[in-house]
Amino acid sequence: MSSTALYVLVAAGLFGIGVYGLIIASHLLRKLFAINIMGNAIFVLMVAASAPLDGRPDAVPQALVLTGIVIAVSATAFALALMVQLYRVTGQASLEEDPTEDD
Amino acid sequence: MTEALLAALVFLPLLGACLLLLAPSSWRATILLAVTVPLPFCLLPLTLLIADAGLFEMTLAGHPAPLGIRWRLDALSLLILWLNVSLMILVGLAAGARFAPASDVGLRFWPLWLLLAGGIHALLLSADLFNLYVTLELVTLAGIGLIATGGSGAALRAAMRYLLLALMASLLYLLGVGLVYAEAGTLDLYQLGETLEPGLLPATALVLMLAGLLVKSAIFPLHAWLPAAHGNAPGPVSAMLSAIVVKVSLYIIWRLWFWTAGDWQLPAPGLLLGLLGAGAILYGSALALVQKRLKMVVAYSTVAQLGYLMLIFPLSGLLAWQAASYHLIAHGLAKAALFVAAGNILASLGSDRLRRLAGLDQRLPMDVFALALASVSLMGLPPSGGFVGKWLFLRAAYEQNAWGWMALVALGGLLAAAYLFRVLALTCFHPRSHGHSTRLREPPTLASLAGLLLALAAIALGFASAPILALLEAAWPGAMTP
Repeated sequence: MSSTALYVLVAAGLFGIGVYGLIIASHLLRKLFAINIMGNAIFVLMVAASAPLDGRPDAVPQALVLTGIVIAVSATAFALALMVQLYRVTGQASLEEDPTEDD
Repeated sequence: MTEALLAALVFLPLLGACLLLLAPSSWRATILLAVTVPLPFCLLPLTLLIADAGLFEMTLAGHPAPLGIRWRLDALSLLILWLNVSLMILVGLAAGARFAPASDVGLRFWPLWLLLAGGIHALLLSADLFNLYVTLELVTLAGIGLIATGGSGAALRAAMRYLLLALMASLLYLLGVGLVYAEAGTLDLYQLGETLEPGLLPATALVLMLAGLLVKSAIFPLHAWLPAAHGNAPGPVSAMLSAIVVKVSLYIIWRLWFWTAGDWQLPAPGLLLGLLGAGAILYGSALALVQKRLKMVVAYSTVAQLGYLMLIFPLSGLLAWQAASYHLIAHGLAKAALFVAAGNILASLGSDRLRRLAGLDQRLPMDVFALALASVSLMGLPPSGGFVGKWLFLRAAYEQNAWGWMALVALGGLLAAAYLFRVLALTCFHPRSHGHSTRLREPPTLASLAGLLLALAAIALGFASAPILALLEAAWPGAMTP
């Protein structure tokens, strides 16, 4: 098995774990973890898919993944802040509707 | 000089956002004016340039692609830039009346507002897939932050749900971008049009990007997050979200479809996208008919009206292109007017339940008038911007003998009339006994005026179609590669 195939399999596995977590978890923190794992799967795949044939690494995918990581970190920070605020206002850190609340 | 104007469009709002966070509270209003007022004056010379040359491209800091960043301005991006700047000014008036810049809530609101504007401008100028990703993230995060300034539990929950879906959608899009790069070795939207050949990997990439973008533009059946998010946000925020934020991801789909994959010949997937649009029009309108709250009616109307923007795919041609672009602009202005007026009504009544609206035509005449004018455009009655858009759709369908799509456009207009007249009729309904004539807080005149001006702009667009359509004709990619 070539090393690229290994990376692709790892990425697919990580993505699956992320999707599973996103669907199963109800606590928002777990959902955020799951989304981050999905993101990392994609980063692995992007680096693997652009693996050089002649041994010279291509700088562009590396730069893209680096930017992607920065965005993922800031989006996660934002989501965490939103989650804390949601907890302060509604007293719960999940998206299950409060049946007593009037829409 | 032109480069400086484009840079000003993006960096003035971003600079303003940073300054707002640093400056003393008494300066904030001045900073806001200083970064907003020059924007239309930046767009004027650009409009002359595009009318003349049709296209302007620049490379940032002289670094060539693929590592460098290229900006590109054509008639479509220019028109949406105009839409955004007009909304920033007019919806900004309404927002200024509600979120005083010097107050604490103003400090939370206005930097996000400027970030949103700067992000939209950068997105419209970007010419490569990855920059579109970055700017779309910026727009989405700023938009979600603005929803959260509403502060209620419902607003926060809607913002959180929107955020989770948007993050997942971005990942799908990013995966597509990675695959495209691995296949073609470039990310430039327009170079890809020449190098990317139809095949399994590029098709997978395109489907992934489309899926992500369809979630972000809330196209049926991926619209579930939109009504709660747009219905619970503060009025001016709903206006921006419905009028432009959901449109910019559709704009990317158009770019991908007609520029990057322009010569792929995709009638079957185009038909599928058109059917999604048809589903959006019928389902969104049907649900708008049964809502109990004014803002939810307007939010479901957005789900429906976004469907028209998908009809460009099956009807693919110059007329459909002009129709969809015109509809995008006209709906943007009319929907902003509706949400600003609905926000004013909600703020003065303390509720926007439809049964509380009775007799409102005498108590809030300006807001109800704005509501009525914007409805005229949304239903597609002449003379209004919405009429021009729907008329062009009908002509496009007629020329291709596409009777099904013609019937759909006509039916969509009827349904829009039904759910909007339901609201308007209630405001003019005067029960004989004013049993619960609650006291009313007058909305600020400036906020009512902003709604009225937006509605008037939507109507005025019906009279200004010739130059805009000529601009759009020059930018249609099919004209360049017949």
